[in-house]
Amino acid sequence: MSNIGSYEERLAGFDWSLSEKELGYIPGDRINIGWYCTDRICQMGMADKPALIWEGLGGSGRTYTFNDIRLAANTIGHYLQGLGVKDQDRVCLFLDKIPELYLGFLGILKIGAIAQPLFSAFGDESLLVRLENAETSVIITQRKHVSKVRKIRDQLPQLRHIIIVDYDGRKPLQERELAFSLDEAAPVEEFEVFPTEAESPSVLHYTSGTTGMPKGVQHVHYSLIAQYLTAKWVLDLQDDDIYWCTADPGWVTGTSYGIIGPWGLGVTQCVLDSGFSAEAWYRFIEKHRVTVWYSAPTAIRSLMRAGEEIVKQHDLSSLRHLASVGEPLNSEAVIWSERVFGKPFHDTYWQTETGAMMIANYPGMKVKPGSMGRPFPGITGVVLDPNSHEPIAEAGKVGLIAFKPGWPAMMRTYWNNEATYQAKFVNNWYLSGDRASIDNEGYFWFVGRDDDVINTAGHLVSPFEVESALLEHEAVAESAVVSKPDEVNMEVVKAFVMLNPGFEPDAEQELRIMNFIRKKLSPLAMPQEIEYVDSLPKTRSGKIMRRLLHAQEWGEEIGDTSTLEDE
Amino acid sequence: MEDIKDIVLEYVKEEYLEDEDEELTYETPLISGGIVDSFSMVSLKRFLETKYSISIPDEKATPEAFDSVSKIAVLVREIAG
Repeated sequence: MSNIGSYEERLAGFDWSLSEKELGYIPGDRINIGWYCTDRICQMGMADKPALIWEGLGGSGRTYTFNDIRLAANTIGHYLQGLGVKDQDRVCLFLDKIPELYLGFLGILKIGAIAQPLFSAFGDESLLVRLENAETSVIITQRKHVSKVRKIRDQLPQLRHIIIVDYDGRKPLQERELAFSLDEAAPVEEFEVFPTEAESPSVLHYTSGTTGMPKGVQHVHYSLIAQYLTAKWVLDLQDDDIYWCTADPGWVTGTSYGIIGPWGLGVTQCVLDSGFSAEAWYRFIEKHRVTVWYSAPTAIRSLMRAGEEIVKQHDLSSLRHLASVGEPLNSEAVIWSERVFGKPFHDTYWQTETGAMMIANYPGMKVKPGSMGRPFPGITGVVLDPNSHEPIAEAGKVGLIAFKPGWPAMMRTYWNNEATYQAKFVNNWYLSGDRASIDNEGYFWFVGRDDDVINTAGHLVSPFEVESALLEHEAVAESAVVSKPDEVNMEVVKAFVMLNPGFEPDAEQELRIMNFIRKKLSPLAMPQEIEYVDSLPKTRSGKIMRRLLHAQEWGEEIGDTSTLEDE
Repeated sequence: MEDIKDIVLEYVKEEYLEDEDEELTYETPLISGGIVDSFSMVSLKRFLETKYSISIPDEKATPEAFDSVSKIAVLVREIAG
């Protein structure tokens, strides 16, 4: 029997107070995610239950019980307090998927500070703009990434401490750097958790928009109410499950459902900190007897490419529930997983801004391959007419995906950018920026973005950010960045580039520009293709018409070109 | 073959290794070891194609084929003929 039971019955009379009651939270009382994920679980008698089964490169591994993660979070929190870190200070986690990332996250929350996880593959420019915007005071990192922090620290006067968790003493520490070893620190048994309340800020995740710099999506401790219940009902996490969320906590899935959801429920989870390979993933599932697997369409399509023979070489019979997030899950992938694993991947839809799942396919409910599913109980989801912003009643008609504000995990603002936050709401609807239609059974069907943002492998990339970075390359005079179709990643970045005089439009130059963006921004933002052009299509007012280039890449109708400047 | 291995090793060190103290050998796992991710693999592939004037078909540009300098050298040799 699944946790949700009947979706239809759950819809009737749903109230978030159900989740509050299960968590023992009384409105107005204190609520701290760090405490709920550790101390509370220990108090429920699960102190010795494995919380984290971590595996690194070459099979190295370690298991932490719920008591271990409670102590580790206390110890890290205590250390940060000793450095003068106070509630609401921003503490960045710039780490690979090592245990300190997960445990540090909880430690930061326990002292009432704001956790700011950033994807460790980010280049120095991506790191700089996010730390600048958040006025981050502490960054926790590791040796292999500290060189990127050193490059930018002079531009970050508010960054007081750079903590290295795996310092080996081979080279002297530099300005503002500190060495901290969790293994060597004295465990802190008794710790006073900061009395955060429902609306106390908890997590700051950065996401990209069409224009302007990345936006810091600010969440609060009350988000737990939604993350707990969605993890329970959509992922169907149960006491004896071994859960694997493949997402990196540098992104929201990795915190909402790679830390908060499972540990709020007291469920054991596995983490694999190594690069992707089908063999490594199947071996990991087999070795740890993973039961619930939450992954992404790009990974699933990569597994599909690896073929079915390799699946047969592993015992994957432990798997009982599969789910997916990040980009639309194509119907072929659902059908493939049914054939190969004997069960379908259940697509889920949500965003950094929503903090928790909004639309999903539920255990026990009919899966329509290719569909996003139906709104979670308590979530009012619609598609809006793009002009009137009124809900569309007609089945199958495409509109803007929108939600009635007020769910527990909804972002509370964009950090230092309230105007952009307010612009996300129209007629008392939160606008997701995505387009879809709804069929006559209430299932949502994804169509695409409503803006120029590129969704590559489930991660949003701002064309503006890439274009800005391209201009910093000596060879680039002007550029336009759009998405192009990709079999595995759904979309990838493509740049149209006008070169400065004296630079040759050849393959070497293309590679130099690609690597420049990869190191400055991130591998995700690196154009996978560069097309040299003599001019770019612009409006008469000089704005680049990305829309035309996008249409060209996707084989779509170009549409209205009346504002195109004359040749 | 040694020459290809040395050139690729140097390139990977220069372009992809963040920690200059990290040891890199011909056999160090690149993709499964997290040194080169699937997106960065595209630029590595482009480097090989440009450097050796070859075209690596997508079906051969797999994470397994790119997982070490030695494997890359085998792939390049095979395609270059």
